[in-house]
Amino acid sequence: MDTYLLQIFNGISVSSIFMLAALGLAITFGLMKIINMAHGEFIMIGAYAAYMVQNFFSQYLPASFFNFYFFAAIPASFLLAGVLGWILERLVIRHLYGRSLDSLLATWGVSLILQQLARSIFGAPNVDVKSPDWLNGAFLVHPGLQLPYKRLFIMLMVIACMVVIYYLMYRSNYGRKIRAVMQNRAMAASLGINTRRIDAYTFAFGSGLAGIAGCALTLLGSIGPTLGTNYIVDTFMVVVLGGVGSLWGTIAGGFLIGTGNTTLEFLTDATLGKVLVFTLVILFLQWRPKGLFTIHSRSLDE
Amino acid sequence: METVLNVDKLQAYYGESIILKDINLKVQEGHIVCLLGRNGVGKSTFLKSIMGLVRTPSGSILFQNKELINKPTYFRARAGIGYVPQGRDIFPQMTVEENLQLGLEVNNGNGNISPEIYELFPILKEMLTRKGGNLSGGQQQQLAIARALVAHPKLLLLDEPTEGIQPSIIQDIGRVILQLKKEGYTILIVEQYLEFILNIADEYYVMDKGNIVAQGLVSSMDQEDIKSKIAI
Repeated sequence: MDTYLLQIFNGISVSSIFMLAALGLAITFGLMKIINMAHGEFIMIGAYAAYMVQNFFSQYLPASFFNFYFFAAIPASFLLAGVLGWILERLVIRHLYGRSLDSLLATWGVSLILQQLARSIFGAPNVDVKSPDWLNGAFLVHPGLQLPYKRLFIMLMVIACMVVIYYLMYRSNYGRKIRAVMQNRAMAASLGINTRRIDAYTFAFGSGLAGIAGCALTLLGSIGPTLGTNYIVDTFMVVVLGGVGSLWGTIAGGFLIGTGNTTLEFLTDATLGKVLVFTLVILFLQWRPKGLFTIHSRSLDE
Repeated sequence: METVLNVDKLQAYYGESIILKDINLKVQEGHIVCLLGRNGVGKSTFLKSIMGLVRTPSGSILFQNKELINKPTYFRARAGIGYVPQGRDIFPQMTVEENLQLGLEVNNGNGNISPEIYELFPILKEMLTRKGGNLSGGQQQQLAIARALVAHPKLLLLDEPTEGIQPSIIQDIGRVILQLKKEGYTILIVEQYLEFILNIADEYYVMDKGNIVAQGLVSSMDQEDIKSKIAI
């Protein structure tokens, strides 16, 4: 029984990382109809940002500060991934609006370039990020069921991000503009919204979220240049399963894919588990092609 | 009297096909100008080309003596053009209030929705928290006009405000336009419904196959002739 509970707990914590990575993708895909294959590489960039912050703390700051490096790593991951995302949008993505298939190829190329860049800078072998001491250990529910602090911390971090995203998207001026552009680009522009600028900021923000997801991943294992490729397929699956452009759908999709992955892998094995998850998603999409949360509206022109 | 909008030899294209051939049109300050014509002759495209939503390779759009032809859409809105498109284009997933607040974006979201908006459209005040997509067609039309008025545009573009709307709301909208005229608003209306514009518009233009084929003052309009030009 305890093993099952632990599996579910692990599933939820993996889900939370998927949600974070997928939210960035859902926003940019919903907003710009760009299929960003390089999104996974922003996870990788965020992870290496955490690695660099860790090295900086261990080399230049007194040892007593090291325990707090992770609090600097989170914003650093967000900023580095966000700035690189902004540059990518300015250089490549903005030329691809309205060309989904071209965007898929071009961003795939970008993802290969970014992977090679990471290999050149940090070397091909995986590197380890040492977790701060206070994250080692586990919360003891009762003997036989321990919940690792790292995974609890990741869940808290994701919840905090979700709250920030919610306020940003649904309670702020900026979020209102993003939603307006998502729902009707021409009309948003006709109301004086600079849609190109919204696109660039939003793309940077989505990339930054992937960066935070990468930062969280450093707590769970070593990181390497191909970290992103392991996650991009699952992340896309979350977006498609949840329903494109729907934040609630992304959260639900992330939860289902994450727990589905870990549960089915536990019950069968890693390969078969993956196959089962894919099969279930494909079957589900046969039944509801638009995903879990579809947007219904009474629109006169539809 | 100042010319608010002066369109000269404007051409517009959808892809490779030409929609507007050589349009000249002027709107004087404080006037209500109506553009009449059958379906598919280019009336809506004309309004879209003023907003910069279609390709306009040649011609000139002077708005308050400033050239807009190469400016992006958001710039034109910020210059003071309010646009109510044919499909209303309410943001369906947003509340009525959020839709109205978006009208303030021309001032970077600063300012308030003046109470006058709710005096013109009392129905909107009761529906502030409803989703725009759940409103009826007539209510959406009123919301779209209100959203354009929030920022007090110097020129209001209305694209077939009566289309597909029940008669009682058409009357309401007519009253609102007359009220706006009294307040000094400058309005360009695209319409097919001749009776609706007879008692609100000052000038008319008639468009056919991408050209202006008639123009004049509404007061001296030959109604039978115009009817024959816009009837199918």
